[in-house]
Order: sequence, then C-alpha cells, then structure tokens
Amino acid sequence: MTVAANPIGQAITWINDPLNWTNPGGMLDRLGEHLTISALAVALGCLVAWPLGLWLGHLGRGGGLVVLISNATLAIPTLALLTILPVVFASGFGKTPVVVALAVFAVPPLLANAYTGVRQVDPEARDAARGMGLSSAQLLRRVELPLAVPYLAAGFRTAAVQVIATAALASFVNGGGLGQIIRTGFGIGIAAGGGQIVAGGVLVAGLALLAEVVLGGVERLVTPKPLRRGRQRLGRPRPADATGSA
Amino acid sequence: MSFRLSYRADPGNPWFSWQYVRDNSDTILAAVREHASLTGRAVLIAVLIALPLSVLAYWFRPLAGPILAVSGVVYTIPSLALFAFIAPYLGTGATTVLVGLVLYALLLIVRNVVAGLNQVPPEVREAAEGMGYGRWRRLFRIDLPLALPGIVTGVRLATVSTVALVTVGVLVGHGGLGQLIFAGFQNNLYKAEIMTAALLCVALAVVLDLLLILVARLVTPWSTRRAR
Repeated sequence: MTVAANPIGQAITWINDPLNWTNPGGMLDRLGEHLTISALAVALGCLVAWPLGLWLGHLGRGGGLVVLISNATLAIPTLALLTILPVVFASGFGKTPVVVALAVFAVPPLLANAYTGVRQVDPEARDAARGMGLSSAQLLRRVELPLAVPYLAAGFRTAAVQVIATAALASFVNGGGLGQIIRTGFGIGIAAGGGQIVAGGVLVAGLALLAEVVLGGVERLVTPKPLRRGRQRLGRPRPADATGSA
Repeated sequence: MSFRLSYRADPGNPWFSWQYVRDNSDTILAAVREHASLTGRAVLIAVLIALPLSVLAYWFRPLAGPILAVSGVVYTIPSLALFAFIAPYLGTGATTVLVGLVLYALLLIVRNVVAGLNQVPPEVREAAEGMGYGRWRRLFRIDLPLALPGIVTGVRLATVSTVALVTVGVLVGHGGLGQLIFAGFQNNLYKAEIMTAALLCVALAVVLDLLLILVARLVTPWSTRRAR
C-alpha cells in the first residue's frame, strides 16, 4: 500500500504550474471537454424528459411509470452504461455514446419534476381555465407550464449537477473530461501523482458544487416569491434525489 | 485480487454467453463476493454512524441543520473526486473504497431517519412523557420503533445506490463487479463479460432490496397488519 507524502502540498504545486493549465490535455482543455459533454447530455435529457413529463402530468397518468424509471436507473451502475453504449452505437469511442449515457442519468430527475410540477397545479386554477374556454393544449401551455417552472428549474439543477458529477467517469471510457486528470494521476502512481490526483478531485468537486450553487440561485429566481417559503425541498422528490450519486 | 480471462474461438462477440460464465465462474464469484462484502460493510458502518447522528439531530434541533448540510455537501461531491481525495491518504486498498461508500450512504440514511423521527406524533411523545418515560427509554421504546419505516427507507436507498457505486472502486482496483466491466471494456469490448457483470450488479441490488423489505416486514409486523 503506497501513500503519498504530502498530497495537498503537491496538489498546490501542480495547480500552480502554468503548463498544467495550457498544455494539450491540460486543465483548460479538460474543463472544456467536461462542460461540452455535460451541456449536450443535459440538453438531450431535457429534450426527451420535459415533453414526456409535462404531457404525462397533463394527462394525470403514468405516475407509476415515472417512479419505475427513476428507481430502475438508480440500480444501474454508471460504469456499466458508459461501457455498454459505445458497443450499441458501434461508432467507436466518440463523444456520442458518452453523451447519451449521461443523458440517461439526467432523465429521471427531469422527468419526475416535470410530472410533479404539472400535477401540483391547483385543480381550481385548472377548472377556472377550462371554464374560460381554454382548450387542453392551451391549458397546458398557458396555465400548467408557467406554474410548473419552479419544478422544472429544480429538476434541471439536480440533473445538471448529477451529469457534471457523472461526466468525471467518462475518463474510464476515454471520453475525456476532468476525470482524466485524476486517472492520469493514478496512472503515474500515488506516490508521484498524489498531487495531481487531489488537484483533479478539487476541480471536479469544485465544478459540481459551483453548478449546485449557481443553478440553486437560478431556481430561486424563477420561483415566485410567495412560493419560496414553506416549500420544503419539494424541488427534490425522493426518487430523483436518490439518483444523485454518480 | 486478479481476474483471469479465458477466451474461446467466438467470432460473434455475443451479448451473453454461458461459455464465458462457465469458464470464468471463479472470477465472477470472487467479484460478486467482493461487491457484496463491500456493500454490506459500507451500509453497516453507515447505519452505525448515521443512527447516533440522527438522534443527535432529533434531540438537539440546532444541530439538525448543520448535520444535514454537511452530509449534503459530501453527497454533492462526485464519487470519483471523493475517491481521489481519500486515495492519497489511505492508499489503493479496499479501505479507500469503503470510506467513500460510507460517506455517501450516510446522507441517505441520516435524512430518512431524521424524517422518520420527526414524524413521531407529538401526542404519542407527550403520552410517553406523562407515563414517566425518560429520554433514553422513550427513544428505544417509542421514537425509534415508530421511526422504523423511515430507517428502512434510508437503508434500502443506501444499499441500492451503494451497489451501483462500488463499481467506481475500479479506480483503485477494488470495484467488485466493476472490475469485470472495466476489464471487458479494455479487452476490445468483450460484451459477454460487460453484460454478465452489469446484470449481476442489478440482480445484487434487487436481491438485497428484497431482503431488506423482508427484514422490514419481520421487525414491523404492525405495518402489514394495518395494510390488510
């Protein structure tokens, strides 16, 4: 069992070397890769999950399906999905399989929150809208969708943070991203690469926490004031929340 | 532990092959054993730490916020980063994986146990006090039994997500079934190996979950009686 001598000191030295930032495959490159993969995955997840969740919520059906999807993805190991998808696509090791795999993990929180967001709309508001002569589609677009926005934002935050966390694992399938820095450190060995390992960990964790804080702020901004208090973490329903670990 | 691989002439690279399972049964069993033992130990240690923490948060309300906040931050840290923080100090042994797993399981259990304890009806609590129950007696005879559904939910969530998380232990060479998944990926995408390990992962999660449901039924006979 090897242990690094002074990992934190080494990490500070490693981060302070400008070459580690600007080299090909340095921190800036990896950060760009990480953000690109994550953004594409979250966008793909939204494209699939939001329409489906809003529609199911509008119909008031399929709650069981939503829970089932959330729980099923909880049990699937991230690593398995990341390694299986390149095989399915047979396109080798490009970004596409990684993006799709990450999008799969973004779907449960997005779907669950979109569904809950529409379901929680006051039935009286819905009745009033119907009484005013709104059609089913108008009801969804003009009443239910705006009222569901805080929930959509909460789902977006959970999904984005989770995808950023999971994207670190893309390095296992040569998908790049900040996780690659950690992997390279382990490749060098803990005694020599301990600083790089810790530095990579700081970057990955920092990015995830930053996303959590920023998107938490966005969530607060789009939530109307009267709804902010008294909502006890409703933005994170259990099943979606539980998938938070990558 | 090392994982041996044996190949047969198989040009098709099928998704699943009994041949693979038969030829590598020792390796697969060893991986399942490591996976299950890491999960079991991690959840057990997490429960032993989480229960006192939750009781603290329940008894002393001002502590509840910080305890939940700290475990929430730990939970937000990506698993790979967490292992990266631990590995330089504890080396590349199973201990590193175990510590990471425990930290993740903690939040899920603490949050659910605290919710369970807070759901104990105030009337019941007052009645117990009126009957002269002290703090400790109330905890063991009233609060914890009534919070059992919350405790069970937390342990089940923690178990299922720990099973999935063990695979990330590949990073330090102790990933249980993740070791097979990764080896299959490196061996020119040996599909049978990847699929077998992934299916066993899911199966392990389902089996452990069912076991916990069974245990929960046994320790809370009143809940099933009421359901009927």
